Amino acid sequence: MPAHPILEYLWIIPLLPLLGSATNGLFGAKWPNKIVNWVALGSTGLSFAFALEAVREFFDSGQVLFRKEFFTWIAAGNFRAGFDLQMDQLTVVMMLVVTGVGWLIHIYSTGYMAHEGGYYRFFSYLNLFMFFMLILVLAANYVLLFVGWEGVGLASYLLIGFYFLRKSASDAGKKAFIVNRIGDFGFMLGMFLLFRTFHTLDFNTLFDLKHAAGWQAEPWGQFGTLTIACLLLFMGACGKSAQLPLYVWLPDAMEGPTPVSALIHAATMVTAGVYVVARSHVLFTHSETALVVVAIVGCATAFFAATIGLVQTDIKKVLAYSTVSQLGYMFLACGVGAFSAGIFHLMTHAFFKALLFLAAGSVIHAMGGEQDMQKMGGLSKKIKYTYATMLIATLAITGFPPLAGFFSKDAILLSAFQIPGGHPLYIIGLLTALLTSFYMFRLIFLTFYGKPRYDERKVHVHESPWSMLGPLVVLAVLSIVGGWVAAPALGGGRDYFADFLAPVFGGHESTEVLGEAAAHNLELTLAFVAVSAALAGLGIAYWLYLSRPSKPEELAKSMKGVYTTLLNKYYVDELYAAAIVRPLLWISTNVFWKTVDVGAIDGAVNGVADGLTAVGDGVRHTQSGNTRSYAVWVVIGAIVIIAVVFFWTSAGKPVVGMVR
Amino acid sequence: MVPTNYYIILSAILFGLGVFAFVFKRNIITIFMSIELMLNAVNLAFVAFSRALGKLDGQVFVLFVIVVAAAEAAVGLGIIILIARNRQSLNVERVDLLKL
Amino acid sequence: MTAPLAVFFVLAALAVIGAVNLILQKHPIHSALSLIVVMVALAGLYLLMGAEFVAAVQIIVYGGAIMVLFVLVIMLLNAGIEEHTSISKLAGVPGLLLVAALGGFIAATIARSTDVVQAAQQTGEMSSTKGISNMLFRDFVYPFELTSFLILVAIMGAVLLAQREKS
Repeated sequence: MPAHPILEYLWIIPLLPLLGSATNGLFGAKWPNKIVNWVALGSTGLSFAFALEAVREFFDSGQVLFRKEFFTWIAAGNFRAGFDLQMDQLTVVMMLVVTGVGWLIHIYSTGYMAHEGGYYRFFSYLNLFMFFMLILVLAANYVLLFVGWEGVGLASYLLIGFYFLRKSASDAGKKAFIVNRIGDFGFMLGMFLLFRTFHTLDFNTLFDLKHAAGWQAEPWGQFGTLTIACLLLFMGACGKSAQLPLYVWLPDAMEGPTPVSALIHAATMVTAGVYVVARSHVLFTHSETALVVVAIVGCATAFFAATIGLVQTDIKKVLAYSTVSQLGYMFLACGVGAFSAGIFHLMTHAFFKALLFLAAGSVIHAMGGEQDMQKMGGLSKKIKYTYATMLIATLAITGFPPLAGFFSKDAILLSAFQIPGGHPLYIIGLLTALLTSFYMFRLIFLTFYGKPRYDERKVHVHESPWSMLGPLVVLAVLSIVGGWVAAPALGGGRDYFADFLAPVFGGHESTEVLGEAAAHNLELTLAFVAVSAALAGLGIAYWLYLSRPSKPEELAKSMKGVYTTLLNKYYVDELYAAAIVRPLLWISTNVFWKTVDVGAIDGAVNGVADGLTAVGDGVRHTQSGNTRSYAVWVVIGAIVIIAVVFFWTSAGKPVVGMVR
Repeated sequence: MVPTNYYIILSAILFGLGVFAFVFKRNIITIFMSIELMLNAVNLAFVAFSRALGKLDGQVFVLFVIVVAAAEAAVGLGIIILIARNRQSLNVERVDLLKL
Repeated sequence: MTAPLAVFFVLAALAVIGAVNLILQKHPIHSALSLIVVMVALAGLYLLMGAEFVAAVQIIVYGGAIMVLFVLVIMLLNAGIEEHTSISKLAGVPGLLLVAALGGFIAATIARSTDVVQAAQQTGEMSSTKGISNMLFRDFVYPFELTSFLILVAIMGAVLLAQREKS
């Protein structure tokens, strides 16, 4: 027995969900829900247990980085991409989040999907997603990471389009996959560029090369190799993590079942982009342009999405735009160099966003499928547990202390404030926090307070079963305590989370230190400002939706233009459809289909066939049935043979005609 | 002595005349006879070369050619009789059942 | 002009005239008789070359058997005058060109040959029947047997073909 068995066999962690997926997929159709549950929850739960054990062994070994090559997948020339898995502190965070939150969502799904058709298929896809996501976070080179990257995209497509008989759902699945593909194109180009420059895509080797090659830091405006590679990788991250301009798939992805939205589009898959940027921090920190782009895109997306979320009426759409907005925060953090703050926000966001989605699912389940908030109201007394957990999550996301979101958002805003030129970013980030608070509390008030705006006789509001409530409670607890690892920093102590990730990001975080005391005061001041913004948002929401319920309509009428624009999501989808989709369809139909495929390719193939037929028609006339023409052909053949022999020379002299 | 070339030229002339008859005559039997003419021309060439080379192989081969010609004539004329019975004509252009 | 040469020219002229006549005649029986003339002339040429056995076989088999067969069939079938012997539209000029091409090739081939080959000294052994039979039954015994088999098959075929149908 090796000293660290799980680390030696690290592949068992992704493999278990894969086995679960295969088993459920192949055999689950005939099984009752109970057995499907056992397989799915068992494999994911075991994976989580092994992940915990692997983490324990990792700490036990005292290493900073554990890396093991399992087998060589691609060996071509001097390029080698292996199935190499690695474990460092960043992986620990990601893996525990993925397996832990994933397992909780699996448990929740057994309750939520209990009466749905295709039960086994759902869990098969869900497990498949877990497998690919684990491959993504455990990978030790870009190639294997990309395998996971593509795989989660596939799982996302399958799960968004789970109710594939509904056209909007299958369209949404296609949209997600296609928009992701655009990002993947950038990602692949970035990988190619990295390989061409450094001849390796292995993280360890690549990130160590900076010592060997002495990379030049590329200042703002210089588009060197590193900058371009980072920008291309970031393009991939934009697609996967739904940033401008590739965010359009995420709101549509709400067509999938709610647990899918919670797992994939809140906690794990969309964070893959942030993970990649964080993992490649060595590359990014050498390229100022790339960092600036990341920060600006993140900040802009955060604000943009928050504005759209202000007026949405579907409870899941509000949460979707909120996810886009929070992801913007994470990229903002990475862009200003505070990678550990970004990952911290990733972790806390996983907790409270998953909780928000699951609780929303609970509300929808309670309302018998209704998702429009305008048809809810006054539910706080009826579904107490759901209300309580959702309120906790809202307090977390808006950044009320001492819940998790406060610490993570605070760390991001602090870093944004501190870097040179970061003040505009800080202000927009603060404004976004205000908007976040507003729309989240708007959601709470519309859903749980006020008079019921539905027919109480038709809808029988009931609390969800404990299979659904259990995970809600666990996530609520995590949302409360999840930020406490960084809490002591406010009191002048250490930020344990940043310390934990220091071996990974060490030396590359923004280390603008204004002096200990001054920094500490700044932190407290900014924290105070942030909380005030959150309270302001709460206050406005209260005023609009509770004390004067008619005010929102008046405001909407008076600012009709703005309201309609926001309601229609700035018409971005329509813009894309007109500018990109329709021309592409036109080109595909008229140029590629009609001209190239039918005309050229089919024409060439059919043309060859027609030509041969024509030749055959011509040659047919030699077989005329006329004996005398046959005689002529015989003579012609004889003459041809004689001519060949006659003119055939061997070594310059004619073969025929030598008579001794 | 007569040069070998003369015999070859004569053989060529006879062969050419045989081909001419083969292509241009209409009567099946005449066409058949032109084939025999061609074979004879070739026989002449064989014997001429046999004499020129001083070996007997050519003459032996001529014997074989004659044998084969005889067999071919027998069977061929049998077929011609059948054709004549069926088509009531000896015009080769009447033998055109394979015509489209 | 030596005697053999003169004989050669006479016999050659005879052969050519016979062949030309074969083409020119309208009635097949006349063509058959012309062909017999050609064959006799060729037999004479074989004698001139010293191939007596072949000459004899030529007359006996070709002249006496095959051509007799031809004449018999012509008589049997009451072959009449050939219908309009105009050149068919298919043959025509291309046919003439073909024949000319054929002749040209052969002529050119002959012209290319390096020297006028003289006849080798004829020994009695060369043309002796004994010599031929030696070769036939020793070196060429397989083809010999095969040709005898061939003749058997031809006989059967001819008999079968010419049978009247059993009505």
